Amino acid sequence: MSMGQLVPTTSARAAAARPRPAPSRAARRRQLRGRTVAPYLFIAPFLLVFVAFLFVPLAYAFRLSLYADRLVGGEVFVGLDNFRRAASDPAFWSGVRRMALFGLFQIPIMLGLSLIFAILLDAGVVHLRRLFRLVVFLPYAVPAVVAALMWGFLYGGTFGPFAQLADKLHVTAPQFLSSNWMLASIANIVTWEYVGYNMIIMVAALQAVPRELHEAAAIDGASEWQIARRIKIPLIAPALVLTSVFSIIGTLQLFNEPQIMTAIAPEVVGSSYTPNLYAYSLAFPFRQINYSAAISFVLGAVVFAGSYLFIFLTRRRRR
Amino acid sequence: MTLLTTGMRSGRNARRGGARTAPTLVLLAFLAYPLLPLFWLLVAATKSNEDLLSTFGLWFAGDNHLLTNIRDVFTYGDGVYLRWLTNTAYYSITSAVGAALIATLGGYAFAKYRFRGREVLFGVILGSIMVPATALVIPTYLLLSKATLTDTPLAVILPSLLSPFGLYLMRVYAEQSVPDELIDAARVDGAGEFQIFRRVAFRILTPGFVTVLLFQFVATWNNYFLPLVVLSTPEHYPVTVGLASWNSQAAAGGGAHVLFSVVVTGALIAIAPIVVAFVLLQRYWQGGLTVGSFR
Repeated sequence: MSMGQLVPTTSARAAAARPRPAPSRAARRRQLRGRTVAPYLFIAPFLLVFVAFLFVPLAYAFRLSLYADRLVGGEVFVGLDNFRRAASDPAFWSGVRRMALFGLFQIPIMLGLSLIFAILLDAGVVHLRRLFRLVVFLPYAVPAVVAALMWGFLYGGTFGPFAQLADKLHVTAPQFLSSNWMLASIANIVTWEYVGYNMIIMVAALQAVPRELHEAAAIDGASEWQIARRIKIPLIAPALVLTSVFSIIGTLQLFNEPQIMTAIAPEVVGSSYTPNLYAYSLAFPFRQINYSAAISFVLGAVVFAGSYLFIFLTRRRRR
Repeated sequence: MTLLTTGMRSGRNARRGGARTAPTLVLLAFLAYPLLPLFWLLVAATKSNEDLLSTFGLWFAGDNHLLTNIRDVFTYGDGVYLRWLTNTAYYSITSAVGAALIATLGGYAFAKYRFRGREVLFGVILGSIMVPATALVIPTYLLLSKATLTDTPLAVILPSLLSPFGLYLMRVYAEQSVPDELIDAARVDGAGEFQIFRRVAFRILTPGFVTVLLFQFVATWNNYFLPLVVLSTPEHYPVTVGLASWNSQAAAGGGAHVLFSVVVTGALIAIAPIVVAFVLLQRYWQGGLTVGSFR
């Protein structure tokens, strides 16, 4: 198929009608100008949205956080006061600590499961791979709100099926919605949602590992387990770092699941259970917009620092 | 490198036949985990509110209330649920199409043109994937309220047009799939740059476009924090915010309401379309995550 057929434009047709020597100088100059301007026009829509909904909100949050709304005098510049307050705000930092604890357990468990499944799938040692991949990934398609609702029902102390089963067996089920268990219960919801997602990323990375390496190691008598540990896992380290960083970011800004739990167990999940829940409750019921912006900003910095620290540490380890 | 194929390796599959039963059984046992809550939801949606609170959760009660429940979902609160469902579809489709178009145009430009500031700009955009999205929600709300856009569909749609990951994915995809020679040939034939994009490149980029579309569709369909903050009238709610509000009412009422069965059935209806989309479009989401793992 010639380009002329594919692109039946007026200029192309005009060019074809002409006796055929290369397009005129003016036409070529026009084309060249098009080539320099086009990329900017192509990225313009993206940049517009990027500036409007990422850059400007970020800058605006920073500006807001430098002000305070006073009963007398309205909005006044207070410099870094809000940040100083955030730095020593126990409600904020207890949320950050809670999420750090959460991530310390939940992320390794979730990614460990994802990695085991990915390796089993990739090693070709299981039947029904497509079905397995689909079913494990499916929870990713379920909104966090619905996931939290479903698990909330399942956790229920009186009519939840776990409690019902335990009752039949004359034992007591854990109080999943009590303050002792809540963090683990939320961790389970998050794990449920993202095991498959991370597994798919790892499966994809494993498929890029050259098959010859695998075969050579097998000929040398390496077991499937040794091949996984010595060859595959080191080679997909970038994918493991990527999934870890995404998980760290997601954990520190956890909101949906605990917010739904607030409705189910209000006396356990308070308004500052996670840093993001805290920022939200400052802005909405309490209307402390400026301080809330400062909290959002500090949280952003914590997330940034956390993920970069992780990348830094793993990079040094790998060298 | 074939990018947007799942690349099943039949060779690896065929290699070992015998020793597959035990690992398969282990994995099959694990399938109970993702399926358990979904099975519970399906069972619960067939129960009356009384049965929901009194019979065993993981099995069906004597009589099937599914149709009654579905009717209740669509009639409760003057039929606002249908409104939520339509809103969700509207927000998701417009955001997904818009975001995928914007990302495809931009990714193509980053892949196929050399221009000043290209790498710096791309670095900034890529770095923004690290910016915690939810930390932006409250400032975005305040800005939207200055533009008197809060509590309108645009307040949900406009911020959802941004997909730095989509741009990254489209750049990688365009680099690998659109040959420079093809673009040059079109130029020789006198085609303008936009025409080349629309008539030549876009056809090749369509699978990547669908992948970005699918991911943004799911992200918007499932979004909760942003619409919760920027919308205040129930008529504008998407189904996630609506269900959560019903759930709070039900929990506050201590189960005395008929609401629990309505919430449960509403949840089932809300996830059905997206689950179907995922099953039908498997090759696109698997492809998208493949690109994501290239670094």
